[in-house]
Amino acid sequence: MAVARSHPALTVGKYAALLGYLTFALFPLYWLFKIAITPDQLIFTEGTNLWPSALTIDNFRTVLFQTDFLAYFGNSLFVSLGTAAVTTVIAAGAGYAFSRFDFGGKRLIIAVMLVTQMFPLLMIIAPIYKIVASLGMLNSLTSLIVVYTAFNIPFATFLMQSFFDGIPKDLEEAAMMDGCSRFQALRKVIFPLTLPGLGATLGFVFTAAWSELLFALMLISKNEAMTFPVGLLTFVSKFSVDWGQMMAAGVLALIPSCLFFIFIQRYLVQGLTSGAVKG
Amino acid sequence: MTTRVQNTVMPGEPRARRSLYWQYMIEPFLYLSPAIFLIGTVMLIPLIIGISYSFQAIELLNPFDTGWVGFENYLKLWSDRKFWIALENTFWWTFWSISFQFFLGLGLALLLNTQFFGKRLFQALVFLPWAVPTFLSALTWAWLFNPVIGPLPHWMASLGLLSEPYNIMGDPSLAMWGPIVANIWFGVPFFAITLLAALQSIPGELYEAAEIDGATPWQCFTKITLPFLAPMIAITVMLRTIWIANFADLIYVMTGGGPANSTQIVSSYIFTTAFRKLDFGYASAIAVALLGLLLIYAIILLWLRKKLVKI
Repeated sequence: MAVARSHPALTVGKYAALLGYLTFALFPLYWLFKIAITPDQLIFTEGTNLWPSALTIDNFRTVLFQTDFLAYFGNSLFVSLGTAAVTTVIAAGAGYAFSRFDFGGKRLIIAVMLVTQMFPLLMIIAPIYKIVASLGMLNSLTSLIVVYTAFNIPFATFLMQSFFDGIPKDLEEAAMMDGCSRFQALRKVIFPLTLPGLGATLGFVFTAAWSELLFALMLISKNEAMTFPVGLLTFVSKFSVDWGQMMAAGVLALIPSCLFFIFIQRYLVQGLTSGAVKG
Repeated sequence: MTTRVQNTVMPGEPRARRSLYWQYMIEPFLYLSPAIFLIGTVMLIPLIIGISYSFQAIELLNPFDTGWVGFENYLKLWSDRKFWIALENTFWWTFWSISFQFFLGLGLALLLNTQFFGKRLFQALVFLPWAVPTFLSALTWAWLFNPVIGPLPHWMASLGLLSEPYNIMGDPSLAMWGPIVANIWFGVPFFAITLLAALQSIPGELYEAAEIDGATPWQCFTKITLPFLAPMIAITVMLRTIWIANFADLIYVMTGGGPANSTQIVSSYIFTTAFRKLDFGYASAIAVALLGLLLIYAIILLWLRKKLVKI
């Protein structure tokens, strides 16, 4: 708003800066893609050229059909979708309570949730390993879902709270006057209005769970239960010479989280904005 | 959650008769209890257990030699040269990452707060690095720094930054810059998103009034924009500092702490101690030390914020 004046020099500078940011953001991804479609025999001779002289999709074919890639992909999809769904439901409940009720211990609970965002998660990696091991749940995807859900609840709750805060209280009070119970009002009146918020939370938690590495590395050691990050890391050390295949696997790993992210980012800024107005 | 709430709230029950006790003590907790239960069992109880581990000898490779050892782990920590190296590395890692992320993020947010052609597409594309899974950004940057398939060493050599195109992550004096660059790339969108949200909540009339009074753009920035952003800046810088100091994924994947511990930060040291050596007692002691340092940092920053920001 402030820089709306159209000084020609300023405009040129602005577009140069925009271009700079765009290059910095996209170049690594472009490179990932470029190596993935470069034929094997050209990688060493043309490895640092900006565009290869021949293209191939063999790397993608090999990765998809001759490695455990699809199994890792499926495991990760299961864990991430499970985590996103469970977290969103629980966080919606908690966010609703923070937004609409005044009750004893509210400030304490909010403070505890803030603290969980601050202490090193690595702090609890040893205890969690021992607890999960003693329950016999090592190498189980369910244990990963439970752990990730707990990690993501605090932030998701704050996000949902700011979405609920943006919906006028009068709406559900009117419904309750007309004889709805609070839960009916929530389900019939508030729920449809908060769909964008639910979508944003789902997407945010999905991307977080999709990329978690250290806990998955600690809790999963069996090949058939590995999630994507762990699988890709072992993949890298197993096939450490095959750059094309590694990059192809990388490109495929990008797709789900990028799709989700493009979908949610508008709502993310919106949710943070309404939160920022209060604070 | 759904079924439980349905059972307790009778449909058609008149609202007026509901007691205060119900409204203040019970009903909110019906919505909250799953969250409280999970956070309690998965985070708080392990946290307490973790602190107690730091006073015990728990090595999975040495299962018969366990028990309470008092402050032995902490004494070992005090004389552990690797820990002090890791602490110094943590400081530089966090300092450079947060500085670049913040200033580049602020610049991006200011740009995104203006109008230009193709803004929506641009915003989607520059925020993309935040969506790339961490392990994948780590691998991508490790590949870019590799002289066989990556262009960066060659470019740096032709600019005269390097004597010949070699991998900087094999050079103890430069290796830390590999993960730092990856972290900057990954973290700029976060600052841009949060600062953009704060920028958009500044009332536009303020700028109009300032413009009528003849303020220069620089005056607008320092007198209106910065004071409005200050609370958001304080909270995001604090949170990000803590996250980055704890953030071992990039380093673990890109360098594994090497060469010669030159990129080992405290949190990657915790992870290698727990995961490779399975020495949980000592790993917990390091973690408690890190937690203590970060708490002190947070308290200082919150105190500064209270003194400096008058909102």
